[in-house]
Amino acid sequence: MANGARSDSIVRGFALSSVFWLLVGLGIGLWLAAEMIYPALNLAPWLAFGRLRVVHTNGLIFGFTLAGIFACSFYMLEKLTRTPLAFPGLAKAQLWLFNIAIALAALSLFAGLNTSKEYSELEWPLDIVVVALWVMFAANVMGTLVKRREKQMYVSLWFIVGCVVTVAVVYILNNLAVPVSLTKSYSVYAGVNDANVQWWFGHNAVASVFTFPILAMFYYFLPKSTGLPIYSHRLSIIAFWSLIFGYLWTGAHHLMLTPVPEWIQTVALAFSLFLIAPSWASVLNGFYTMNGNWDKMKSNYLVKFFILGITFYGLQTIQGPTQAIRALSGHLHFTEYIPGHVHMGTMGWVTMIISASMYFMMTKITGREIHSVKLANLHFWLILVGQLMSTATLWIAGIVQGAMWKATNPDGSLMYNFLDSVAAMYPFWAVRLVGGLLYFAGIAVFAYNLYMTSRPMPGTESPASKAAKFQAA
Amino acid sequence: MRFDGLYEKPVLFAIAAVAVLSVGTLVTTFIPLFLPSTQPVSPLIRPYTAVEAEGRDIYIREGCNNCHTQTVRPMRTEVARYGDYSKPEESAWDRPFLWGSRRTGPDLARLGGKYPDAWHYRHMANPQAMFDRSNMPAYAWLAKSKLDTALTARKVTILGYGYDGAEVARQLATFRQTVTAPAYPSARVRSQVTPAALQGEITELDAMVAYLQKLGRDLKAAQATVAGSATAEAAETKNPYAGSREAEEEGEKIFKENCRSCHGEKGAGGFGPKLSTTAHKFGSSDGDLFSSVAGGRPGGMPSFLPQLGKDRVWKAVSYIRRLEREGR
Repeated sequence: MANGARSDSIVRGFALSSVFWLLVGLGIGLWLAAEMIYPALNLAPWLAFGRLRVVHTNGLIFGFTLAGIFACSFYMLEKLTRTPLAFPGLAKAQLWLFNIAIALAALSLFAGLNTSKEYSELEWPLDIVVVALWVMFAANVMGTLVKRREKQMYVSLWFIVGCVVTVAVVYILNNLAVPVSLTKSYSVYAGVNDANVQWWFGHNAVASVFTFPILAMFYYFLPKSTGLPIYSHRLSIIAFWSLIFGYLWTGAHHLMLTPVPEWIQTVALAFSLFLIAPSWASVLNGFYTMNGNWDKMKSNYLVKFFILGITFYGLQTIQGPTQAIRALSGHLHFTEYIPGHVHMGTMGWVTMIISASMYFMMTKITGREIHSVKLANLHFWLILVGQLMSTATLWIAGIVQGAMWKATNPDGSLMYNFLDSVAAMYPFWAVRLVGGLLYFAGIAVFAYNLYMTSRPMPGTESPASKAAKFQAA
Repeated sequence: MRFDGLYEKPVLFAIAAVAVLSVGTLVTTFIPLFLPSTQPVSPLIRPYTAVEAEGRDIYIREGCNNCHTQTVRPMRTEVARYGDYSKPEESAWDRPFLWGSRRTGPDLARLGGKYPDAWHYRHMANPQAMFDRSNMPAYAWLAKSKLDTALTARKVTILGYGYDGAEVARQLATFRQTVTAPAYPSARVRSQVTPAALQGEITELDAMVAYLQKLGRDLKAAQATVAGSATAEAAETKNPYAGSREAEEEGEKIFKENCRSCHGEKGAGGFGPKLSTTAHKFGSSDGDLFSSVAGGRPGGMPSFLPQLGKDRVWKAVSYIRRLEREGR
């Protein structure tokens, strides 16, 4: 196990990068939330809402989440295959290239270089860098799996492979473009086709980044931190294959009541509802795993994160499919309800699971206890309350907004003009900003706690004892 | 489990995963790319001019699509608020599409022609001056940047708009003349928001306003033309199917499905007036009858042109002529 220590440093590097971009992304998110209330905060072109919003989403999807996924995937790969990474040098290069790419991405988006396609705004040179990063990641995933010393691949590995292949397919097809210059390109698809391809990507990029690898973490770190085996292997199999089958049909549920052909919308609606089953298979698998051991919610600080995280995933995967129903889409789409939905997914599910996984990994890597369980609990409560405040507020705001858009007088005329509905949002936006501040405070506590846990402390542990621990884990 | 082997072969597993995820992809994304009906192209919807295309790129650069959608849904209140709902052919020239996903501000699909240019200059420079509760950022600085047209010709070539570099140069020159001329209707407001040094140039704001004025304009113009030509035709032309038995028979079918419930069996009258007579309430020429059916009349007669189209309206008129003959 000569490579053990080396991969640990890569895992640690990705984990700390992830937390760094999380703080940056959330900071920008707070600024955006304030801009919605005080337009005077649009101080400069590069600080205007339209440009900043994409820095926020890209920073959190590609900066925070992807780095978290790389960190946890490399860690899980080594443990679950009992094999060091196939190409540790490549992984190290990936870490450097990744951080350079995210920094360049942020700068280019600040400068207004963007393709306008949601969640794939980066211009073509950066798209190529992303593809290169993905090939590097895939090489290590597949290479390590081929070299593995464990006969069966555990469920987490399926989800990692699912992530690798889905992102590869959707990212490349959606981003096909003809360059005009180094900083400008045009999509190869036009109009309805562009919309259909884009939301097929948008929805499935979310699946492959916010769902598959996070489920992989859940399936690995929950049993690891509780000592309880996952309730049902068979349920995991059903969940995996039906999820990966059903997901790719549903992109057009973002395009309900648009000029996209109605049959595509209807197929998307049907498969969206179908997706409740595989999603809840994982939710129930998680809950049943805890059966009879719910006291661990109190005694083990990590369990809270995992169980609340999967609970938010469950809420999310009821909300998502129901939003595809035309009548609900007609009321809720384009309103604050949708950002509310997305934010619960990322602030609740994704961040809770990633942060707990990182706590677990860091203590294993450093061979030390967590710096402070108290702070971890504070972190938990701050992000829980902050998230619920933000998202529940946005749901209510969205329902109000949709109702105002639809309200009519007895003579059939509209009851409110658009600005009335904007004015009605200000109180909700204010509560959301406060929730965001609490959440940011929680993440700051997390960053401090994780950094203190992962600080290199030379001399505390010999490489040999570390390697022994690695074998045992 | 019989498929246990799959979980021991990572490459096979990855191939199986790609196969499984490709099914939905093929059906909902790949196949529609090759169906012409998914993205119809209409001669009534024109590509963007050089200036409009540049304005669109600025719209993209500033991320306007983060707050404004460009797709009106087919719902009563949306049509009332914004105008006719969006049609697939309207986006045929849009690479990329810009439908958006969030309405922090209103939908813009039907903005073109709604306000004069002066309104846009003023609003973009300071939205709160016009609507104090608006939370839109000010884009005053767009008026302080000269439009960069170095790549325009290359852009329209790539976008396949069907005109060449010479035409691009001509369009830019014409546009510049228009907005800088003292006779430009919005000249006063434009000169207020544009710095002196740039008043003779095309600014980024000029291009943005040109783009905003294009939104939905072609569809509205096309619909006005169809309605106008239908009326004009009615006033001037005779029924192209006059005397045709087949047209009368088809007209009878159309009448039974659409008209009988009000005008009664064989036009004997009901809620609506009797039609088996030569003295019609709103005039008895071919043109008058066409106008009544196509455009509707006050007092309850709805407009049938949108659902029947011109051809079938004329056939219905043919059948009404037969009812006249039979009623005599």
